[in-house]
Amino acid sequence: MSEEQEKNYLDNGEGFRSWFFTVDHKRIGVMYLWAIGVFFIVAAIASFLLRAEHLTPGPTIVNADTYNVLFTLHGSMMVFLFIVPGVAASFGNFLIPLMIGAKDVIFPKLNLYSFWLYLAGALIFMLALAAPADTGWTFYTPYSIETGANVILITFGVFVLGFSSILTGINFIVTMHKLRAPGMTWDRLPLFCWAAYATSLLQVLATPVVGITLLLLIGERYFGLGFFDPAKGGDPVMFQHFFWFYSHPAVYIMILPAMGIVSEIMPVFARKPIFGYKAIAYASLAIALISFLVWGHHMFVSGQSKLVNIIFSVITYAVAVPTAIKVFNWLWTLYKGSIELSTAMLYSLAFIFLFTIGGLTGLFLGALAADVHLHDTYFVVAHMHYVMIGGTVFGFFAALHFWYPKMWGRMFDEFKAKIAFVLIFIGFNVAFFPQFIMGTLGMPRRYFNYAPEFQSLHVVSTYGTWIIGIGFILMLWNLMRPLPGKAPANPYNSLSLEWSMDSPPGTFNFDDIPTVTEPVYNYGTKIEEGA
Amino acid sequence: MKWLPESASTFAPGVDLILWLVTIISVISCVLIAFLLIYFVIKYRRKTENDQTPAITHDSFLETLWTVIPTILCIVIFIYGYVYYDQYTVTPKNAVEVNVTAKQWLWSFDYSNGKKTLNELYVPVDQPIRLVMQSDDVLHSFFVPAFRVKQDVMGNRYTYINFTATKEGVYDLYCTEYCGTAHSDMLGKVHVLSKAKFASWQDGSADKVKKASAASIPPAELGKQLYSNKGCLACHSIDGANGVGPSWKGLFAKNRVFTDGASAIADENYIKESILYPGEKMVEGYGPVMPSYKGLLDDDEITAIIEYIKTLK
Amino acid sequence: MGIFGITSKLIKSIAYPSEMVPSIEEDDGHHHFDAVTEHEGAKLGMWLFLATELLLFGGLFAAYAIYRAKYPEMFMQGSKSLDVVLGSVNTVILIFSSLTVAIAVKAIQENRIKLVKIMLWVTIICAAIFAVNKYFEYTYKFGKGIFPGTDIFYSIYFAATGVHMLHVFIGMAVLGVLLRKVYKGKYSKDNYTAIEIGGLYWHLVDLIWIYLFPLLYLVG
Repeated sequence: MSEEQEKNYLDNGEGFRSWFFTVDHKRIGVMYLWAIGVFFIVAAIASFLLRAEHLTPGPTIVNADTYNVLFTLHGSMMVFLFIVPGVAASFGNFLIPLMIGAKDVIFPKLNLYSFWLYLAGALIFMLALAAPADTGWTFYTPYSIETGANVILITFGVFVLGFSSILTGINFIVTMHKLRAPGMTWDRLPLFCWAAYATSLLQVLATPVVGITLLLLIGERYFGLGFFDPAKGGDPVMFQHFFWFYSHPAVYIMILPAMGIVSEIMPVFARKPIFGYKAIAYASLAIALISFLVWGHHMFVSGQSKLVNIIFSVITYAVAVPTAIKVFNWLWTLYKGSIELSTAMLYSLAFIFLFTIGGLTGLFLGALAADVHLHDTYFVVAHMHYVMIGGTVFGFFAALHFWYPKMWGRMFDEFKAKIAFVLIFIGFNVAFFPQFIMGTLGMPRRYFNYAPEFQSLHVVSTYGTWIIGIGFILMLWNLMRPLPGKAPANPYNSLSLEWSMDSPPGTFNFDDIPTVTEPVYNYGTKIEEGA
Repeated sequence: MKWLPESASTFAPGVDLILWLVTIISVISCVLIAFLLIYFVIKYRRKTENDQTPAITHDSFLETLWTVIPTILCIVIFIYGYVYYDQYTVTPKNAVEVNVTAKQWLWSFDYSNGKKTLNELYVPVDQPIRLVMQSDDVLHSFFVPAFRVKQDVMGNRYTYINFTATKEGVYDLYCTEYCGTAHSDMLGKVHVLSKAKFASWQDGSADKVKKASAASIPPAELGKQLYSNKGCLACHSIDGANGVGPSWKGLFAKNRVFTDGASAIADENYIKESILYPGEKMVEGYGPVMPSYKGLLDDDEITAIIEYIKTLK
Repeated sequence: MGIFGITSKLIKSIAYPSEMVPSIEEDDGHHHFDAVTEHEGAKLGMWLFLATELLLFGGLFAAYAIYRAKYPEMFMQGSKSLDVVLGSVNTVILIFSSLTVAIAVKAIQENRIKLVKIMLWVTIICAAIFAVNKYFEYTYKFGKGIFPGTDIFYSIYFAATGVHMLHVFIGMAVLGVLLRKVYKGKYSKDNYTAIEIGGLYWHLVDLIWIYLFPLLYLVG
């Protein structure tokens, strides 16, 4: 064994340069994790401020312009700096080569450049804070053309971030095609990898569209192009079409990796194979492909034609079905299992429940007549936060706890972690469930002032965010204070490849590439056909 | 607990039906899933480190069940959504049109008999109405929760809403497409009047009643109400902060310098001229943004506003 | 190391990132992947990247289609105002440059280094001529008071040819880097993947123009 193999990937090389210029996918994944963590916290602070503003119907702690900046920053930072790149780039980078039995991704240098591009895009984005945008993260025209804020900088930052996404997506797809270990056929690929594959397809095919959209928006502001400006013969609805053509697939970029995480965690802590492996794998691909066809459901009241609305509504319900199938598959993985309620499992189970609520509330919005009433109200805000927090963030927290021993070589205090989980779970529901009610009652989105009749619901919602905040701080604090001693290689008795090596892994993962001979979730002692 | 706004249009019951239908489906699904989650987690909790578990990976019956039932439910919900939407988008033959113009940050209404109002839409009950809407600037969206109607309003083409109000009353109107600083102040009211009251409003005889009640309020007080109701607050602050338009605080009797270099004292005549002909004397540093209130405020109301401004020292 | 050292390192990492990054081939003989996998992987990766470029331009083509349907007269007039001769010349130049880059790829597969160099030079020079022609076209329009915001047709024209021009510059840079490495002796018939995928990129740049040219110049 060479000198480098004896050190794990964390110890192999010290100092800034050994990290900033690394080609080790694990180090790159870790750097992404820290970066997205920082931006997550900044964007979360913006949300605490804007929710605090809503304690009273009139101005409370900020003025209207500041409020408009706060919700724009919260949305765009969360979307473009945390959730779209985040889960895939951090855990995807760390896990995919380990899970498929490879020494690294296929384009390690490109992987590093993707990270540099992420940092560059984030930096440009943050420079825009000098005169931050107040357009909402959706940048609708004509307002985004005429507003005095730094729209060009922020959209250019997003454009550069898009490159990072695309290159990462290409890297993952080609890696999974070319570097699977011998014997790892596609039907033995871990479901997290399937999820990452579907996500990468979306990254590659959808991101360029937002690229050209933002480029054209910059052209509108800087060169006076007239595509989206009614005063010049352009069409603001066309901007919406272009924008949502990317942004709808983007929401699946946001959720698919989290679904993959849950698919990995459930079999381990139920000691049973995942129920319906093929259904989940194919459902992921189906969701990815159909997601390109439903963007118009964000635009039912935009002025597009009745026929177009009907078509988008039909296809929107089509994408609901594979999602429902997945939920039942996860649920049935528990049947007759041997269940351990570790922290990771708690977050995964909560994911199933909360994501279900988020998904069901999408059914309200897909119904044309109902959406006329609910569009652009707090109902939509609640729906999206149930799927993005209840879904993706809970999945992300599950991953933070599940792969913690593997990534850092230490164990964490499960008890404190579970208390934090309870606080976050309760806080989240207290914060966002009232928003469904507010929305149905007619409370519009992006409102600085609001009618006094909504105050009690707003106050409850704000208190909820404070509970989340406490829980989140506890969770972080706990994770920063690992228990003494080195973590075992496989503390949870998982069967997938990343657990077959030391915690943390050595720089090159495997001394010898393993040969795979069994299905990936080979838990359970007898094969039983039927329930 | 109030779950829904008042139901005041012919479209509202259909929407509410869908909302209840999907709520029931959702509650049943959630309870089922939560129950199964909790039940499984308790019943199949780990008892020993060497528990035997069956490697169940398929169940054709169950998988068919949970594919077919969601599909059927989705089809049902889609159909309800489509049917009521279809009715909503068809303009009845006897619909009366009202032209709506949205601009930052107020609504103006032009009626077929030439009348104009600001931020207050007057319609008779049980009469189909067709709103013909356009924007003078950015995107806005016309939303009346009590009617369950909503439609984006834009600058390059007209958009439409059909509705028939079914209950007399006053209902909230919101702008619900983010349009800048005072988006959340771009509010209005829809007044649904009986056919008789609407007729008297329309021919102006109701104004006498309004005037009589207005006469009993001190002018400055009336001016303060008009400041909110007529959209002035969207651009003119009363605390000194300059927004889209100059603040009213300390305005009266101050010397104003205009964009063409001329200047004048802000007396009663100046204020009246600025309300009716805002482009004539624009204060330096501000643009030609203010709409004219000619025909939208009568002389008594203008006097009331001037009196109110005088109180803002 | 001082400020100057750090700054120059940072600039180098942007301009020549690959030279800062530890090479996979060099770390004491640990080859991660065999040459065949690397080659096939690189090609698959480049095809995926080309798909993203198609989607990027797809947005522009979609905008073109929608606005042309909306303003047919404007598009006819606008198209007539463009210089068909210069546009045709540019089209021929690009098609020719695709041929030369294809020859370069074939040449490196046969270890004909000198031919590779000549072909890459010709390709780059063709690209430069294309750029110069477009410069003349643009400045002529500006001289007549026609700018990107003048009307929707010119918005499309400047946006589409502008974004395309950006890709021509990127292509020139890529080919330039490849050429420099050829001079350094980095490529041979056993190691030519980079030239092949660089050539693929250039073919895309050409292909986009082949669609843009008739849609913009030949409508009237």
